[in-house]
Amino acid sequence: MIRLIILLASVLLSLAGRSQGPTEMKKINGGTFVPLYGSDSSGVFVDDYMLDIYPVTNQQFLDFLKTHPKWKRSKVKRLFADGNYLIKWENDSTLGDKVNPNSAATSISWYAAKDYCACQGKRLASMDEWEYAAMASETKANAQTDSIFNLMIIESYELPKTYKKEIGSTYKNYWGIYDLHGLVWEWTSDFNSVLISGESRQDVDTERSLFCGSAAINASNLMDYAAFMRYAFRGSLKANYAIQTLGFRCAKSN
Amino acid sequence: MKNIYFRFSFLFSILLVLNSCSSENNSQNSSLSYKCPMECEGEKSYTEPASCPICRMDLRQMEKDSKIAMGEFEISDESIFNLTSTWKTQNNKSIELKELKGDVLVMVMIYTSCKAACPRLIADMRNIHKKVDNKDVRYVLVSIDPETDTPERLKEFAIENQMDDEQWIFLQGSVDDVREFSNVLAVKYKQISPLDFSHSNIISVFDKGGVLYHQQEGLGVDNTITVAKVKELTK
Repeated sequence: MIRLIILLASVLLSLAGRSQGPTEMKKINGGTFVPLYGSDSSGVFVDDYMLDIYPVTNQQFLDFLKTHPKWKRSKVKRLFADGNYLIKWENDSTLGDKVNPNSAATSISWYAAKDYCACQGKRLASMDEWEYAAMASETKANAQTDSIFNLMIIESYELPKTYKKEIGSTYKNYWGIYDLHGLVWEWTSDFNSVLISGESRQDVDTERSLFCGSAAINASNLMDYAAFMRYAFRGSLKANYAIQTLGFRCAKSN
Repeated sequence: MKNIYFRFSFLFSILLVLNSCSSENNSQNSSLSYKCPMECEGEKSYTEPASCPICRMDLRQMEKDSKIAMGEFEISDESIFNLTSTWKTQNNKSIELKELKGDVLVMVMIYTSCKAACPRLIADMRNIHKKVDNKDVRYVLVSIDPETDTPERLKEFAIENQMDDEQWIFLQGSVDDVREFSNVLAVKYKQISPLDFSHSNIISVFDKGGVLYHQQEGLGVDNTITVAKVKELTK
């Protein structure tokens, strides 16, 4: 009986711990890596930085709205969020039955995600920072060439409705960060630096008339299909889009 | 059966209307008011954000107050004047975008050390300027390289390119604000080396209220439509 009570209490505590207050961060030790896009073959240097161990949850975002009402669904400006913003929420102050408080907050625009992080004294991770942390498997800091890890990512993209899962329900990576793959896509601060057009049939070539210097930016590893999907997805986004499979987490310079 | 449902919902809504009378009186004192977007209850408004008792949609805040404050040109939800970032002009003057309210704006993002596309983009801007030939239109060039493009540098650039009168505004912002602004214009860019950026070639036209009206994509494209759109807005 006592054990049961302790168990219940710890479950409650862990739920409460997750849904309130800022998310714990872990340090990512910087280094050089070769992202799919955006550099010549020499690679990109990422400095040490801190990253939230979980994506921001619906409950956390709801709490944020209490102090920052301009981001409520009924008040948000169309410039900053499209009509799908928080669309599954029952109303401004209630998540309702369709939204799990411990799932990643999705249907949130880039502007709202950016402001959320700024209000915690944090920021969104840059695309290079995000990719750097996300190339770590459970055991290796760089699992870019680990075919089993890559297969796991691809398979997670095939699963439907993973945004409904609770945070922490996928794997914990080398840095102690959860859910980088397998739950939701995530906003990055410079997602709009992917210079490929969003329309998939045009992605074979960058649009030379539209982008200056586009020839300088070519994919580094044509086998990394999962990364192609992420970059193509980012390339198709606009900052006011609110998408059900797109959440975010915050980062901080070290 | 349907009939009963109707009667019930009718009764229910009457009850709600009666109940909320008190809040309606208060609304005259308060500066904010909310209304059902479907106008289920006609002109009825509330002081608190809530959902409409009839269709359950979230009430929408009414723009009445901002209209009064902003005078002739209301700042709508889609307006770029909702951005609160502060910028420096080529004359080292701090401005917010909303100070440009009331003028038709033609905007482009460039960087002054660009050797490839930007000179052509600037030529495109100058051609539009020449064809529109209207002193009330403002041409805004936002730098995507705020670290290099200081106000002094922008001033030099403006003089070199004979764009140094009141119609031409060059802006330097923080790295973050430039990124935000590029998102508003749907311009993409990426630094590919310390002095070089890859970026989309888009010229955007905004109406007097700061709402995006037209975008021209590509370099050296036929600007007839863009010119016509600018003229439309200045009428």
